[in-house]
Amino acid sequence: MIELKHLSKTYGGGKHQPVKALNDLSLQVPEGMLYGILGPNGSGKSTCLRILCTLLAPDSGTVTVSGIDALTQPRQVRRLMGYVAQDVAIDKILTGRELLSFQADLYHLSSNKRDERISELIGLLDMGEWVDRRCGSYSGGMRRRIDLAAGLLHSPQLLVLDEPTVGLDIESRAVLWQVLGQLRDQGVTVLLSSHYLEEIDVLADRLAIFDSGSVIAEGTPSDLKKALGGERITLKVREFSDLHESARLRNLLLECPGVRDVVINKSQGFSLNLLVDTQDVSEVIRRHLMDQDVPVFSLTQSRPSLDDVYLQATGRTLMDAELAVVGLRDPKAERKQSM
Amino acid sequence: MPQVSAASEIFQETLALTRRLFLQLIRRPSTLVAGILQPLIWLVLFGALFANAPEGLLPGGGSYGRFLGAGVIVFTAFSAALNAGLPVMFDREFGFLNRLLVAPLRSRASIVLASVIYITLLSLIQSLSIIVAAGLLGYGWPTLPGMLIVVLVLSLLIFAVTALSLALAFSLPGHIELIAVIFISNLPLLFASTALAPLSFMPSWLSWLASINPLTFAIEPIRASYSNNFHLTDIVLIAPYGSLNSLTCIFILASLSLFLFLAVRPLLDRRLN
Repeated sequence: MIELKHLSKTYGGGKHQPVKALNDLSLQVPEGMLYGILGPNGSGKSTCLRILCTLLAPDSGTVTVSGIDALTQPRQVRRLMGYVAQDVAIDKILTGRELLSFQADLYHLSSNKRDERISELIGLLDMGEWVDRRCGSYSGGMRRRIDLAAGLLHSPQLLVLDEPTVGLDIESRAVLWQVLGQLRDQGVTVLLSSHYLEEIDVLADRLAIFDSGSVIAEGTPSDLKKALGGERITLKVREFSDLHESARLRNLLLECPGVRDVVINKSQGFSLNLLVDTQDVSEVIRRHLMDQDVPVFSLTQSRPSLDDVYLQATGRTLMDAELAVVGLRDPKAERKQSM
Repeated sequence: MPQVSAASEIFQETLALTRRLFLQLIRRPSTLVAGILQPLIWLVLFGALFANAPEGLLPGGGSYGRFLGAGVIVFTAFSAALNAGLPVMFDREFGFLNRLLVAPLRSRASIVLASVIYITLLSLIQSLSIIVAAGLLGYGWPTLPGMLIVVLVLSLLIFAVTALSLALAFSLPGHIELIAVIFISNLPLLFASTALAPLSFMPSWLSWLASINPLTFAIEPIRASYSNNFHLTDIVLIAPYGSLNSLTCIFILASLSLFLFLAVRPLLDRRLN
């Protein structure tokens, strides 16, 4: 359905250093799948989606949707896809129904088709009670639903969502997840970006992990975790440690048999994330620490998660990656680009 | 038939975009009301200010209120058109423009066309209200052929200023900057024209400025159209560089509109495509 080849895009200059948002990124999204893009803020997810939706031109690379070149035939590509942006853009003065009607005209639906689709979507997204109120009175969940309805109005083959559940309450999130799953079951290709592990893990048939503008891992959630193998241990020797102590402990732990890797989790009080061969290694670690008179505040064990896949590939957790990138971004340049 | 389909698609999308702008106006009529109230206040206060001015003070005689009327009518249309870029700027800033840009519009010129239609109609409604107000205040009424000249002249001015305002909306970083430009340019342009005083009242430097100000080329034909003996070839402006009749003024306005449209189009093309 979608083929992105060697996409590159750089923002900024001026006061800030230019930021390479996409770095020779290539990706293929098969048809009829719910495909996830996971990565921290600043990894290039939004930029990638905005290029796909023809809002932004890449510095280099190609974008093909259903065999159509998006860079030379953008209008044909726009007909095929619906886009639900990260920041919900609604007109406060219009009612939800008027917004949908407006959207229908932009997509050149006939008046019959428009009325039919609006009724269907009001039913699907349970908007009947408030769709005739002005958008300015809507809650975050309602806004997201009306935005989703707007994206689905013209029955697109491809639905692209950029961080759709940010700021949503749990109930609205669950509704959205359910709807996206239903769409996929009906044959719509759904491409969704998120920095929430759980969301991608639960929803995606397949995913790509983005970091610093490139794809660093790709596959089904279970395959990626299985490929990692082993177990995960999170260790805290006190509630909040420091870098010095954690670095010392890291060296100590790497001596233990069965410990593959130890990463210091700066965003979680400098706790230690260990990738180990088997469950039994936790006992080995406890004994080793006891022998060295090192206290154990907490030691938890679990199967590998997508965070561990990210950790393995990049050497840091998703949260650490988000914090690290904050200072590097040029918000003014990004905002200018998004305008 | 592809040709018919393209035209009907452009019509559908332009109508939707224009309808949205009017819905915003109807539900938040402060723009409409302020656009009439402010020039009305000018008309009443300035008219009153010079009510006891000596007879024959103004070239051609007549009351100051009658002289002022044309100036305020043009100022109304000009102010409305100068604000044309604001809805577009807000859409840019708050992401609504992206909704338009991901849609398969047959032509993105529909976005510009909708703004032009909306602002032209809004400006004309406001200006016509001022014409009526001026009439009710005893400042006179344009003749019927004169009314056609008024609508033509205002439309040309509105078109030119709308093009400029839209270009600013796509070039400036945000609404604060756009409002600042509107704020700074509004009054100086008014004062450096023949809206409030004839050229003969002004010092040399100001009369030069006023006689190349586009507002003046709109004001003088409109002022003349209130006379029963109005002819397009009558001299309406005695500028430092020469004398101009209404036809020449209208021609200058039309050329300015065309020039601005051609100048602004590449910028809008770049921004929208």
